[in-house]
Amino acid sequence: MDLSRLGFATAALASAIPARRCPVNAMGLLASCRVAWEQGARLVALWGSDDRDRDRGYTLHVVVRDADGLVMFEHTLPNAESMYPDLSIVFPAANRMQRATFDLVGIASEAEDQRPWVWQASWPIDCYPLRRDFEALPKWQPGQEDYAFVRVEGDGVHEIPVGPVHAGIIEPGHFRFQVVGEKVLRLEERLGFVHKGIEKRFEAMAAATGHRLAGRVSGDSTVAYALAYSQALEAMTETPPPDRALWLRALALERERIANHLGDLGYLGNDGGFAFGLSQFSRLKEGVLRTNLALFGHRLAMDYVMPGGVALDFPHEVRSAVLDECDLLEREVSVLRDIYDEHDGLQDRFRLCGIVAPELAAKLGLTGLAGRASGQAHDLRVDFPAAPYDTLGLRTMSSQAGDVAARVALRFDELGESLRLVREIVARLPEGEVRTELPEPDSYRKGLGCVEGWRGAVLVALECGPGGTIRRCHPHDPSWTNWPVLEHAVIGNIVPDFPLINKSFNLSYSGQDL
Amino acid sequence: MLHILRQIAKCGIKTEPAPPAGDEMVVAARLQESILRTLGRALTIRHVDAGSCNGCELEIHALANPYYNIEGLGIKFVASPRHADLLLVTGPVSKHMAIALQRTYDATPDPKLVVAVGDCGCTGGIFGESYASLGRVANVIPVDVEIPGCPPAPSALLAGILAAITAAAARP
Repeated sequence: MDLSRLGFATAALASAIPARRCPVNAMGLLASCRVAWEQGARLVALWGSDDRDRDRGYTLHVVVRDADGLVMFEHTLPNAESMYPDLSIVFPAANRMQRATFDLVGIASEAEDQRPWVWQASWPIDCYPLRRDFEALPKWQPGQEDYAFVRVEGDGVHEIPVGPVHAGIIEPGHFRFQVVGEKVLRLEERLGFVHKGIEKRFEAMAAATGHRLAGRVSGDSTVAYALAYSQALEAMTETPPPDRALWLRALALERERIANHLGDLGYLGNDGGFAFGLSQFSRLKEGVLRTNLALFGHRLAMDYVMPGGVALDFPHEVRSAVLDECDLLEREVSVLRDIYDEHDGLQDRFRLCGIVAPELAAKLGLTGLAGRASGQAHDLRVDFPAAPYDTLGLRTMSSQAGDVAARVALRFDELGESLRLVREIVARLPEGEVRTELPEPDSYRKGLGCVEGWRGAVLVALECGPGGTIRRCHPHDPSWTNWPVLEHAVIGNIVPDFPLINKSFNLSYSGQDL
Repeated sequence: MLHILRQIAKCGIKTEPAPPAGDEMVVAARLQESILRTLGRALTIRHVDAGSCNGCELEIHALANPYYNIEGLGIKFVASPRHADLLLVTGPVSKHMAIALQRTYDATPDPKLVVAVGDCGCTGGIFGESYASLGRVANVIPVDVEIPGCPPAPSALLAGILAAITAAAARP
């Protein structure tokens, strides 16, 4: 990205993929975002931090991504009264991030939409949890907030409120549908129900143990988060892990992708009224999780990736079982793919359902798997290949169709590619150590970790304090940018198709509520 | 259709025997024998995510796969607390979910069993108690059985659920 005509200098930023930091003033922030957008950059994350203890007021961080890597704009607000420009006019996905930043840090954008996003009346509205002088009082009771949903009026329009407790085994969130007959005119999401103070919790932890909490931001992406966290800390301490550890991490990451895609393909069949699909795919997924237990000491590989490497070496006795499993999965998935493709009832539900056209996907910044199904052909493993991906010859797979069928087909394609990667990794695993000791990180140094998880790019931004403590950690899920796009994907569809469309995105609640 | 039937026949039956009830997980046995006789081993469950990271949900989902086949044991997940005998609650209870959890509990008819799932449900886990989290499930509603683990494996979940419905009968 070329910001030279704006006159802002960039400096290197510790990160696993190419990244720069760029301090900007208020006008420069908006101008830089515009220039970045024009040059094809997309918003990755936006968050605030309280730096008053260092006489630096508050800092707003905005991370964008383009073909050259990441750029982190840093904008200093001298006090809480000063506001920053509304960036949602350039990047629509900034809306909820700006509102969450106000709820947690108390710095506001100039946007018209100032409704709370994370805050739900469980603490006073003028207390901001991520300020350093914040102290929770025991008298604060869980509250309830009268959220200002957008109303739709007219003949025959009615509202269907759903949640936060849903009918299935899923995470909580509230959906407000405005419908005419069965047709959805508008959907508005209200999230934040599983906000459990993760970012504040990080500040009480030592940097060397933060990967455990990062691995519990969104359990289905535990490998991606623990890896992004570890990358950030390793970049800050300039201590690369041994080669063997990098390969084993990729093994865990690809197996996480395989397990989640298998699970989703089963549930997508089930939501299309085809229970056979669920029992078949959940059977295959169970096999993968059991092999994970033998490989990583945990069915989901939680706490396997850690700063400096991985927790366990590759157990040689399961090597042939892992390779056999790849063969079995390839065979079985190919049979099941044919069955899905030839099943008229299922295809009737999948095709032309929940469409996000590529133009809309680009405008709204749809990312990750859902983005690739709508023509946004970005994949960190291909765009910025780090070991071992630089030698594995991975391709970015994408589609222009943008419907449920495209998101299903992409899962099949990625599943096949991940199985190939697992086989390659096991065959070519380099010898050596699996862990190295990290020195204590420098105080006030910042670092980024960014990993292509199964859902999309997971970012972890880390700043350490004195004595190896965590000063600020912001884990950022791709769901932040994709949830608002789901609201668009359901417009004009019928209400009973919502579960299917929702499942085809399969976004994280916990990952965005924090 | 032939494809589907062939695949079903080829797979055969994968279901494994259920584990014994994990009686050590019982923290409060309050099921009367008479109710137990009526329920037998048929049980309806309403799952509530009260603040989980969704790791526990993945393993609860696994209970329905052919290996654990929870429905084959007469245990069924239902869509409303009004149809449920047992609440399966995950997560540290986030403050934002506390009222919804309490209402779900109030809407559940007797015997109103509650099983807290995972280290977070049992102790608050890594998230603990904070401005946003009330910690363990028992801090908000009465709990009968606690299933530790991060997340607990499906066999542990099954042992805990079976404990909730059988432990009471073994007591005088």
